[in-house]
Amino acid sequence: MPAVEATTLTVRKTALNGIHRQMGAKMVEFNGWDMPVEYPSAGGIMAEHNAVRNGVGIFDVSHMGDIRLTGPEALAAVQHISMNDASRLAIGQAQYSALLYPQGTFVDDVIVHRLGEDDYLLVINAGTREKDFNWVQDNTRQFNCKVQDLSDDFTQIAIQGPKGVDLLQRLTDANLSTVKFYWVTRGTVCGLKGILIARTGYTGEDGFEIYIPADEATSARVWNEILEEGKEFGVVPCGLGARNTLRLESSLSLYGHEISDTINVWEAGLDRFCKMEKPDFIGRAALQKAKTEGLKRTLIGLEMVERGIARDGYKVLDDGGRETGYVTSGSPAPFLKKNIALAYVPPEFAKVGSTVKVEIRGQGVMAQVVSTPFYKRPKKG
Amino acid sequence: MPYPTDFKYTKEHEWIKSDGKSATIGITSYAQGSLGDIVFVELPKPGAEITAGKTFGSVESVKAVSDLYAPASGTVTEVNSDLNTAPEKINQDAHSAWLMKITLKDPSELNSLLSAADYEKFVAEEGGH
Repeated sequence: MPAVEATTLTVRKTALNGIHRQMGAKMVEFNGWDMPVEYPSAGGIMAEHNAVRNGVGIFDVSHMGDIRLTGPEALAAVQHISMNDASRLAIGQAQYSALLYPQGTFVDDVIVHRLGEDDYLLVINAGTREKDFNWVQDNTRQFNCKVQDLSDDFTQIAIQGPKGVDLLQRLTDANLSTVKFYWVTRGTVCGLKGILIARTGYTGEDGFEIYIPADEATSARVWNEILEEGKEFGVVPCGLGARNTLRLESSLSLYGHEISDTINVWEAGLDRFCKMEKPDFIGRAALQKAKTEGLKRTLIGLEMVERGIARDGYKVLDDGGRETGYVTSGSPAPFLKKNIALAYVPPEFAKVGSTVKVEIRGQGVMAQVVSTPFYKRPKKG
Repeated sequence: MPYPTDFKYTKEHEWIKSDGKSATIGITSYAQGSLGDIVFVELPKPGAEITAGKTFGSVESVKAVSDLYAPASGTVTEVNSDLNTAPEKINQDAHSAWLMKITLKDPSELNSLLSAADYEKFVAEEGGH
């Protein structure tokens, strides 16, 4: 990995950048991208967050990257570079997984989609696009498969929330009721043929992510049609602010926070997505060893008891005021109306119901260890 | 957004209204707009001394923590305890949802602050909305 970024770093824009600005979104630089953080016209982060919990919201997530692996040994390649078991995927199915370093720590977390017999699509994070692509390329050379970076080919729009299915159904001929969570299909969307439609997301709600051509005119047309058609469902455009609070309430990991190149799978609590029964994958040996050695730290959920908001990077203290760990993500939770956080601490401080302190501007503020996820969407009855 | 002409303003986006001896302090409409949903306000206790240009508390939106800077020096006489339970009042009307009241140490400090017209010009240059 290059230690120094190019000095003339240009901020990248998605095809919907002009639309975001037109709608009065507050823009921020995020991982090298000029992205909307919230839309004051939609009511801001809290209103956007609750629209997704109760109705539907849409997000421009075109900054995410896409790597496609195709060819006779595509499955073998995917199996080698990812920790979940891609051999279990039927065509049209997707799974949460991660790319690991030999040390068992994270290159990135990914969603692996099986699009065809020997055709896999990895959706990766914005901030790790180049790193991931180079890493995938370097580590799949021994396999007979083609690795393509399709990141700039798509405008990716996430339609999230309990009413997302009804909204998207109005704009597509694909029968969405047959597409289960973490499955994909193709269909005509807003008149565009063969659009990839995945029932995935990063909000803890039901929802879809669609992959449409990345040209500005098409992207803007589809975005606007979704907003227009969604009016009666109360659809709102949502920015990265709500995306972050939604994923945090649902305890979904964010690269650079809960997972990184110094945190391993067991620490992050992602055991159920790591298939040690696979004979080999990068990172497996180190994870095997780490398992026998036991955990040095573990990810916990915190709910503030005393007045105060834990923020990313704040210290976690024991009762005696000694530093034991740190907050990876912390924020008010707009739907739960609590101040919550995820934090790394040694296992002896991880007992649900016990209390710790979070250092906020020099003061130890009491928080309780709670089970995660903080929020789980109600089952459809 | 009209900025009351009987207030003075800082470049850190606080307002202060004074009768010459005591003063009321708040944050500007521009500040609440750039912060977004305000969810938490931390203020000193009555009796605390504050110093012009130094931080005296913080205000938090969903996304971020921002320090508050004293527009003038003095002693805190009262804090707006409504904001403990309803910090969103600042979003609703920043120029009436005051943070605290102080007795001024040196009323002449206010002379160096911005007028409403100057502040309006300043935020327009800063990027406006």
